[in-house]
Amino acid sequence: MLLTVLSGLFFSCLTIPFGKMLKTKWSILLPIVPLLLFAFFLTQIPLISSGNSLYQHINWISSLGVNFDFKLDGLSLLFSLLITGIGTAIFVYARSYLKGHRYYDRFFGYLFLFMAAMLGVVLSNNILLLFIFWELTSISSFFLIGFNNDNAESRKSAITSFCITGLGGFFLLAGLILLGNIADTFVISELIQAKDLILNHQLYPVAVIFLCIGAFTKSAQFPFHFWLPGAMKAPTPVSAYLHSATMVKAGIYLLARFTPILGGTPLWNNTLMIVGGITMLYAAIHSLFRIDLKGILAYSTISVLGVLTFLLGIGTKEAVTAASVFLLAHALYKATLFLVTGIIDHETGTRDISLLSGLGKVMFPVAIAGSLAALSSAGVPLTFGFIGKDLIYEATLHTPQINFKWVLTGLAIATNVGLVAAGFMAGFKPFFGKLPQQFAGVHLPYTSMWIPPLVLGVLGVIFGCAPGITGHLLTEQVAKNIIHHEITAPLKIYHGFNQVLILSLSTLAVGTLVYLMNKASSRKLAFIARFKALSPEQIIIGCGEDLLKISAWATSLSHNGYLRSYHLKIILFAEALLAYKLWHSGSISIDLNMLTQPGLYEIAVALVFVGALGIMVSTSSRLTAVVSMSIIGYCTCLIFVFYSAPDLAMTQFTIDTLSTVLFVLVLYRLPSFINLASRKILYRDAAVSIGFGLILSLIALKVWSEPITKDISHFYGENAYLLAKGKNVVNVILVDFRGIDTMFETVVLSIAALGVYSLIRLRLKPTEKE
Amino acid sequence: MELILIILLGMLYAAGVYLILRRSMVKLLLGIMLLGGGTNILIFLLGGIVKGKPPVIAEEAKLFQDVFADPIPQALILTAIVISFALTAFAIVLLKRVYALVNSDDLDDLNTPEEEDI
Repeated sequence: MLLTVLSGLFFSCLTIPFGKMLKTKWSILLPIVPLLLFAFFLTQIPLISSGNSLYQHINWISSLGVNFDFKLDGLSLLFSLLITGIGTAIFVYARSYLKGHRYYDRFFGYLFLFMAAMLGVVLSNNILLLFIFWELTSISSFFLIGFNNDNAESRKSAITSFCITGLGGFFLLAGLILLGNIADTFVISELIQAKDLILNHQLYPVAVIFLCIGAFTKSAQFPFHFWLPGAMKAPTPVSAYLHSATMVKAGIYLLARFTPILGGTPLWNNTLMIVGGITMLYAAIHSLFRIDLKGILAYSTISVLGVLTFLLGIGTKEAVTAASVFLLAHALYKATLFLVTGIIDHETGTRDISLLSGLGKVMFPVAIAGSLAALSSAGVPLTFGFIGKDLIYEATLHTPQINFKWVLTGLAIATNVGLVAAGFMAGFKPFFGKLPQQFAGVHLPYTSMWIPPLVLGVLGVIFGCAPGITGHLLTEQVAKNIIHHEITAPLKIYHGFNQVLILSLSTLAVGTLVYLMNKASSRKLAFIARFKALSPEQIIIGCGEDLLKISAWATSLSHNGYLRSYHLKIILFAEALLAYKLWHSGSISIDLNMLTQPGLYEIAVALVFVGALGIMVSTSSRLTAVVSMSIIGYCTCLIFVFYSAPDLAMTQFTIDTLSTVLFVLVLYRLPSFINLASRKILYRDAAVSIGFGLILSLIALKVWSEPITKDISHFYGENAYLLAKGKNVVNVILVDFRGIDTMFETVVLSIAALGVYSLIRLRLKPTEKE
Repeated sequence: MELILIILLGMLYAAGVYLILRRSMVKLLLGIMLLGGGTNILIFLLGGIVKGKPPVIAEEAKLFQDVFADPIPQALILTAIVISFALTAFAIVLLKRVYALVNSDDLDDLNTPEEEDI
């Protein structure tokens, strides 16, 4: 399984050196990769449908719990088949769709990257690994949405979608780490074992909310849905692949995958039901007001994602089965509709539904594909969509919350009516009616463009006619993986004349009616645009802009451009921190016997020291300040002499002399200090500095009064001669024990010397000044 | 003597901080040097001060016969002094150049005009 994931990454890299070749007839090789992967996953069906799972474990960063753990079960298999199967169709299609595009090779590089990442998401058995792939899908989606990088709208949509999914990614990561810490494992199958522990943990609600935010942003749930319509700026194959069939379902996958770990509680079920319910209705209504084909499809996709979340929220056997069937049905018909839309756009140059009609006369196979998909989307009997719709009603009618039965069913009916109409708008409207004059010259596209949607459309019907096989091979296992119950009821076309059938048929009828009455016009678009100010899009983007303003304000407040004010803030902060720590570290006790008695010389030196310091701070002459500095240096030097540090004394003496000479030589032409600060500021600064000095003194006293171990010093003392043949221990440490450090120190000195030399030699021309 | 050193280092820090809060570039540099000096004394003090027992092994011996001053703080301080000299030297020359360019010792004159536009 690692190979299936890595192959995508590998081929993605290959598009860099062989990009030029791909633009020629070699591009025929491209669809072979997803096709082979698809074939591989097809061969796994017998194993999985008999109830087994496939595991793989390869150590990666074991100490952090991040390993290549892969698991293939029903749920993963369904997604893998979708990713590679629809992927194959998309690759075939995009090869012709983008023929001659400037970034042809780049496009397929991103597409391979996405395929690999998405396979990684659904195959990972380790949640941290899952997160890595999850982010990779966001990144590849960003590149694909912004693929037409010369278009400002396109770039903006790419950034919006990346921000939203990236934000969700942060929450997801936090949620996953919480879960991992609670259960002390990052492996999904072990997390399922720890379900009781997780459910009873006090952080359980936090983990659920974080995880849900991650899933909702990815799957475009209300109120994060608005990035998906924006993402339609991507080339149509991308919209078909990422933004309807696979990537946006990653959130659904995540919810389904975590249902056995987190599910079954009121919090989980209600959150999913409420958010899913709002999303599905909101988006279904919105889709009726669009006139852009891709806009209609985007909103109906959001609506379907809402339905799936809603079904997972109901969480019964029927609901989960419905979700898995509907997922497959939707992927098939929606990908078809997108591909058909792409063909229409490609051939006629417009996606405006109010202009398009009668195209069935000139592109008959495309019309068949579109109509089949529309029928499936509407849930007409004998299509796979019908099975899905049936199961949805079955689920809402058999919900455990009996009181809400009709509320939920009503929601589902309203949503489905919208979806029926939206499906017809996208799949029927462009092909029937009178062919306008301007499209008379439109012809059928390349064969490789209309074959994939036709195949997908026909598959929808085949599955619809023989639902039992699909159910047995795939969806029963999926449902079992989600709720850990055997699913016994096989999928059937006809359940007998009951409530469900009546609901299905009446939905269809009402939906058709809505379609016929709903005439696309720009007036409706204007009507809905009036509510834009209230839409979550405006609110969230507005929040983002306000945040920007706040941070700009905060920056200008703290970042005023004066070095001394930065110093002041840093020092005040350090003082507060140190004082707090000092306050809490207990009292200071000094053993007076430990003190060494100061001699007369020492006291004299200390007095000179203090005097020099006082002069230095108060003087207005620069030269005096420099001289005081050197006096302080010499006093330090004397202290080193008194207290057994001859090497230090010599170094300090040399360095101090050199510094003073340099100061005087280089800076003697500078003006004298001018007192620029007011008295008030001087007092303030004096208070701050005295406070700092006091705190440091107290810390020094505190540390000094604590006992210290001298093991290392003794080691050096004992081994200086025995190991390094030197008697001056300080020198031995510097040039032998820590020789490499000293070498680098020399390097630093050389660099400084070079800097000094070049600065002195630098002669700027007058024009270069400033 | 330890207490005197503690007071001295506190004063060094205080004076250093006071100087880096000023507007003059030369004072800024002197302040940084004072802070460095204060830190040196701090490290020196914490190693424990011993009078008249430098960490040098006697001529005829192979090991220390007596208590000796801690060599590690000394090694650290030696390094620090040298490095701070590199800093000082570079900063002095830099100051000189800045003065040649903007004809001022005032840090506030260094704010570039571009920044004010924002």
